[in-house]
Amino acid sequence: MPYIIDRRLNSKNKNTVNRQRFLRRYRKQIKKSVSEAIGRRSITDMDRGEDVSIPRDDVNEPVFGHGQGGERNFVLTGNKEFTTGDKIQRPPQSEGGGSGDGEASDSGEGDDEFVFQISQEEFLEFMFEDLALPNMVKRQLADSSEFKMVRAGYSEAGSPSQLNVVRSLKSAHARKIALGGKNRRRRKELRLELEALVDPLSDEQQSRKAEILAEIEILSRKLNAIPYIDEFDLKYNLTVKLPQPSPKAVMFCLMDVSGSMTEDIKDTAKRFFFLLYLFLKRNYEKIDLVFIRHHNTAAEVNEHDFFYSRETGGTVVSSALSLMDEVISERYPPSQWNIYAAQASDGDNWQGDTERCVELLNDKILPCVQHFSYIEIGKRPPQELWYSYKEIQGGIFSDRFDLKAVQDNSQIYPVFRQLFERGVK
Amino acid sequence: MSRKEPISTGPDWTFELLEQYDQEIARIAKEKFKLDTYPNQIEVIRSDQMMDAYASVGMPVSYHHWTYGKKYVSTEKNYTRGRMGLAYEIVINSDPCIAYLMEENSMTMQALVIAHACYGHNSFFKGNYLFRTWTDAEAIIDYLVFAKNYIAECEERHGVEAVESILDSCHALMNYGVDRYQRPVPISAEKERARQKEREHYIQTHLNDLWRTIPDTHKQIDEPKRTNFPEEPQENILYFVEKSAPHLEPWQREVVRIVRKMAQYFYPQRQTQVMNEGWATFWHYTILNEMYDEGLVTEAFMMEFLTSHTNVVAQPEFDSPYYSGINPYALGFAMMTDIRRICEDPTEEDKRWFPEIAGGDWLETLHYAMKNYRDESFVEQYLSPTVIRKFRFFALEDNEFKSTIDVTAIHDDEGYRRVREVLSQQYNLSANEPDIQVHNVDIRGDRSLTLRHHQHNGRPLNDETTEVLKHLRRLWGYDVRLESLKGDQRSWTFATNE
Repeated sequence: MPYIIDRRLNSKNKNTVNRQRFLRRYRKQIKKSVSEAIGRRSITDMDRGEDVSIPRDDVNEPVFGHGQGGERNFVLTGNKEFTTGDKIQRPPQSEGGGSGDGEASDSGEGDDEFVFQISQEEFLEFMFEDLALPNMVKRQLADSSEFKMVRAGYSEAGSPSQLNVVRSLKSAHARKIALGGKNRRRRKELRLELEALVDPLSDEQQSRKAEILAEIEILSRKLNAIPYIDEFDLKYNLTVKLPQPSPKAVMFCLMDVSGSMTEDIKDTAKRFFFLLYLFLKRNYEKIDLVFIRHHNTAAEVNEHDFFYSRETGGTVVSSALSLMDEVISERYPPSQWNIYAAQASDGDNWQGDTERCVELLNDKILPCVQHFSYIEIGKRPPQELWYSYKEIQGGIFSDRFDLKAVQDNSQIYPVFRQLFERGVK
Repeated sequence: MSRKEPISTGPDWTFELLEQYDQEIARIAKEKFKLDTYPNQIEVIRSDQMMDAYASVGMPVSYHHWTYGKKYVSTEKNYTRGRMGLAYEIVINSDPCIAYLMEENSMTMQALVIAHACYGHNSFFKGNYLFRTWTDAEAIIDYLVFAKNYIAECEERHGVEAVESILDSCHALMNYGVDRYQRPVPISAEKERARQKEREHYIQTHLNDLWRTIPDTHKQIDEPKRTNFPEEPQENILYFVEKSAPHLEPWQREVVRIVRKMAQYFYPQRQTQVMNEGWATFWHYTILNEMYDEGLVTEAFMMEFLTSHTNVVAQPEFDSPYYSGINPYALGFAMMTDIRRICEDPTEEDKRWFPEIAGGDWLETLHYAMKNYRDESFVEQYLSPTVIRKFRFFALEDNEFKSTIDVTAIHDDEGYRRVREVLSQQYNLSANEPDIQVHNVDIRGDRSLTLRHHQHNGRPLNDETTEVLKHLRRLWGYDVRLESLKGDQRSWTFATNE
């Protein structure tokens, strides 16, 4: 009779460990693939799995084997035209000889690359590996206004709703054994002795029997008197309050939409915003997005308008910054929200405005944000805005302010990495 | 014979149906065809579990290693992209014999797989002399568990990377971790654990003797000329490393041993691909046809069965884009079927070629062949002109000193023997794998290890040789050289001098 076993319910991913070992071993190559993919992908499908290819030589497991040359005899199937003694021109590269014992290569096509797929999770893992959001720790400790209850073992005291039944009974059981041990042993002995006394009994034995019965009676009473459960046995689940970092974050996207911003520049900016968004998403449970665009006036708009509607006009950067400040004080109190901001621009600004920008940043915005990054996109030399921002970077808020210049899409990811590299700052 | 009712008519399987089919198949296999098997353990699994099984080369339990992860990711990709299907089953040479069935299979496929794996392969594992001699079906699962735990323990104690690098090196030499002639002691997990400590101790003391560095002045005088160590060339390189490498830690020796034991366990499978698959295919074909004759299965069942059977035994021609060598299922099935034909209905030609079996009892002849041959000798003995014609086999000679590749034989009277001989050699592992043996250790000098390669038909070693030697160097601890010999002439030397 055979055993038929349903293994379908067994856990998945028996091979996870092996898979991870493989990924770890080729992390360098995979990272390269990932960063190439980010430059290549359209922004809408940034966060999905990716085909990774590694030169086959790198993953090869060498074994002793025969090389080309020497004399080789082999048999093939499906002869159509050959007769004994035919001489066939060697096919170029002589791979056409096709060894008879040939094994199909495991990719199905004998290409030079070993190709496999990593999941979305793994993709993001590699994408943001070694990156950290600055100032997370500091803020978490500073504002511990939210708490989370976590289990922390058991306690002797607690409210009835926290009673742990299993633990309590376990301890009651142990107590009963401990308290009754001696008496129970004695009773057992007496019972054995009693059994040994079989009819007919002598007088002496009769009296002994009565004695035993009496003692058993007493012992049983004592044993029964041990309470089934005692207050002493009760055990309660213990929970403690842990300060919980605020799980909420808001991300401000600030972009210049004046006439000088071309579609290309906007696309590059969008990539940056999106990377930052993905990164925040990995760290916070809930993220609000605020899109602020500006030319000479600023407006809060929805995502579509932010990226796609065209505007013209001059450029007054401070308008956006002051709008951001307004939004923060209206809706996102810094004590409850982690605030991140990213500003993208081609660097143009109305001359007299730059000073006001710096003021706004230093006095209002930077004190309450986690991080503010500015990227200047374009192939031109740095503009005025850049130089004054550079000064902020050297100032007291250098830990939360950073700026980088980007020329095109392919630089976005490297720049992003530089901005958030762990432990550099 | 009165026709029975079909067991089922729909395409869906249930556990009750699996049991019923298994009962009927078992009855036919045992009573009618005398297949002697280990008890079966049938396990139904999902496709991703099948990929797991693929990745660990069919071992139900195995230690962790990145190469299994590599196999997994590549199987996963090809499967999800629809580039390859998964096998319908995997069967493990163990007692009880474990067979995995995929849940996606239809009832017909499950029946096919049960006949193929649980009675075909299973009886082959139990009957064939190589498996009987070299593997211990009863102990293998235990041993795999032991190996897995042991290696996990080593990883905890010495770090994943240290263990991984040893395993990498052992895997590179895995094919040279088998005893080809000497029968090994059967492996059993319990004894293994008990003896492991003992072994550690023994080897370490034994080694110290071999590597004694302080010269013994009294002895040196009357010591005869430098002796060769090892005295005889050693074909089992991993065994030699395990026993004699100077600097391996005891746990490292044990890891070498584990890989060696695995290699030994798989060695018979590598030598009996055609026979094993041919045997199993022959039996699923014969048993299911028998079921049809008895009325146990429907026409629809047979149509589906024959479709997949035909796919399994398809043999693309050499110039087809699908050609990837000779399909062991096709050749094995054709030869098994042909043996039956020769017994039952011999032609004049068969009587000339196979006087001893023509007209004999086919079942007995087949059982005899299954028990006593491996691919190489099986082809040499039983490949008939009929099968050669059917496959239109032709033999070629590729000699580097000629500008052309020559056809040396085709499927005609003059060619049969040659085709048979060449094809037989094609399945000869010792001709396919370079003959490399441990030749000498410079005990008194730099302790370097010398391997010797005896060329077969002047065939050189491949480009990976130096890489493999580096792995061996890691195990041995000192430089390793490999001399490639053409006849007695040394033609190349590879070395790992750093």
